[in-house]
Amino acid sequence: MKIDLSINTNLARTILTAFIKSEITRADYSRAVINLSGGLDSALSLALTVEALGAENVLALRLPYRTSSPDSLEHAQLLVDQFKVRSETIDITPMVDPLFERDPQMSKTRKGNLMARARMIVLYDQSEVFKGLAVGTSNKTEILLGYSTQWGDSASAINPIGDLYKTQVRQLSQALGVPQPIIDKAPSADLWEGQTDEGELGFTYAEVDQLLYLLVDERYSPQECVEAGFDAKFVDVVVKRVRRSQFKRMQPPIAKLSNRTVGYDFLYLRDWGT
Amino acid sequence: MQINLALAQIATKLGDVQSNLEKHLDLIEQAKARKADLLVFPELSLTGYVLQDLVATVAHKPTEDDPVFKHLLKASHDLDLVVGFVDEDSRHRFYIASAYLSGGRTLHVHHKVYLPTYGLFDEGRFFAWGDSVRSFDTRFGRVGMLICEDFWHASPPYLLWLDGADIMLFSSASPGRGLNDKEKLESARWVERVTKAYASMFTSFVAHSNRVGYEDGLLFWGGAVAYDPNGELIAQGPYFEEALTVASLDLNQLRRTRARLPLLRDERTNLVQKELDRILSK
Repeated sequence: MKIDLSINTNLARTILTAFIKSEITRADYSRAVINLSGGLDSALSLALTVEALGAENVLALRLPYRTSSPDSLEHAQLLVDQFKVRSETIDITPMVDPLFERDPQMSKTRKGNLMARARMIVLYDQSEVFKGLAVGTSNKTEILLGYSTQWGDSASAINPIGDLYKTQVRQLSQALGVPQPIIDKAPSADLWEGQTDEGELGFTYAEVDQLLYLLVDERYSPQECVEAGFDAKFVDVVVKRVRRSQFKRMQPPIAKLSNRTVGYDFLYLRDWGT
Repeated sequence: MQINLALAQIATKLGDVQSNLEKHLDLIEQAKARKADLLVFPELSLTGYVLQDLVATVAHKPTEDDPVFKHLLKASHDLDLVVGFVDEDSRHRFYIASAYLSGGRTLHVHHKVYLPTYGLFDEGRFFAWGDSVRSFDTRFGRVGMLICEDFWHASPPYLLWLDGADIMLFSSASPGRGLNDKEKLESARWVERVTKAYASMFTSFVAHSNRVGYEDGLLFWGGAVAYDPNGELIAQGPYFEEALTVASLDLNQLRRTRARLPLLRDERTNLVQKELDRILSK
C-alpha cells in the first residue's frame, strides 16, 4: 500500500509562519529564541520563525557539551549565517559535568536527560534576557513516540512543527532552503557519540511515519495496519510506545477535590482575551 | 434587482466583545463605502469561537437595550447585517446564534441546530441546541441563515429552500485541517464543494462568510464565497487574511435559472414527507 505523506509546502509555510507571528504577538512579545541543535527540526523552526518575525527578532542558541559532535556546532553555524540571526554559544559542560561526576555509574539515558534539561534551562533564561518566546522543535513523530526528554527538549512556548511528521519536516525544510548537509545527515539527538535516532528507536522514520499516519491520522486499528502490510511486531512496538508515552504529552493530572479544577472544568484557551 | 452582498472575514479577539464590536463597526463603514446593501459576519463574530468557560460571560441579546446590539441595530438603518453572537434565552440557555438586523430591527435570529461535538469540536458541551430552521422575509426577498455544522447536514438547507429562501447566508468559524499535497486544505475544499452544490441543487444564491485568524493552534481559513443560482462562483475572498469581499447579486438570475431548470417546481415534497414518515415510524 502506498502512503503518500507529501504536503503542499507553500500552504504549510503560510499557515505556520502566520501561526508563529500571531501567537507570539498576542502574548505581547515580538521576538523568539530557538535552541539550534544542528539538526533538521530546529533548522526548520528557525527558518519559519525568521520568516514570521524577521531575522532581527530571532536569537539562535548553540549549546554544546564537550562530547557533542563538531558537525552539530558547524551545522548550527551554517544556519546562523544563512538566516542572518544573532546567536549565542553557551557550553553546558560546566552545568552538567558536576552532576555527572556525582555518579560514575550514571546511565546514558540519565546523562542525556540532564543535558536536554540543562539546554532547556539556558533556553528559558535567554528567553528572559532577549525578551523572546521559546519556539519548539519537536516534530509529530517524536511527540507521538515520546522520543524526547520531558521538560527538556520538549519544552517550549509554542511549537510550529508539532503536527509534521519527520518525513514532512524534511520536505518543508527543503522548500525553505535549509542547507543540504543538514537535510541529508542521519537524525540524531547527539547526546552521546554515535547516537542516531533510527539506531536507538530500532526503525526508520520513513517506516514509522507511514505507520503512525495510518494509526493516528487515518484511525486504522493495529490489525488493519498489519493487513496493510506492516510487520505485526513493529506495529505492536509502536502502538505500545505511543500509549506509554501519553504522560509526556499532557500536563500532570491534578487530583480533583473542588467543584472547579484546573485541567477538568476550568477551561480556557491560552489566547483567552487576545 | 441588483444587490451588493458583502462578506466580512475577520479575526476576532477571544472573549473580548467590546473590541470585536469596534471591528464590526469599522467593517460596516468599509462596507458602506463600497455600497454594500447587506453585510454578513462569520459565526460567533462578536465573541470568538473556542469560548469554553467564557460562554456565559460573552452572551448578549439582540435588542435595542443591549449595550452591544444597540450600536449594531443603529447601523442596520444604513445596511442590513448578519452578526454572530452567543444568545442567552430567558431561561439562561446559551446558543450559537446569527441575528439578521435591518432598519433598526432584529428580523430573525437563528440558533445553530447542529453542534459538532467530536474530533476537535466540543460545542455540545457548552451550548444548547437550536430547534428550528426558518426562512424569513427581508427587503431583498426571502432569506435563510445557517451556521457552519448546520450546512454540513443536507436537511437544514433543504428545509430553508422549501420554506422559501432564495438567498442562503452561511456563516462559519471553520478551523483549517487536512493538509496534504493538494492546493487547498481538506476542510476548505469540502465546504466549497457543498456550498456550490447547494447553490446548484437549490437554484439559489448561497454565500458563505468564514472567519480568519488563530485561536491557539487553530487557524480559521476565510475564503468567503458567493455562488449564483447556476452554482457559478460570483466572488471569493482570500484565504487566511482579513478581507471584505463584495459580491454583486443579480436577483433576476433566480427567474432565468428556474425557467431553464425547474428543480424547485418539480420538487416532490409530498413524496419526501410520505417516505420520511415511513422511515421514521420504523
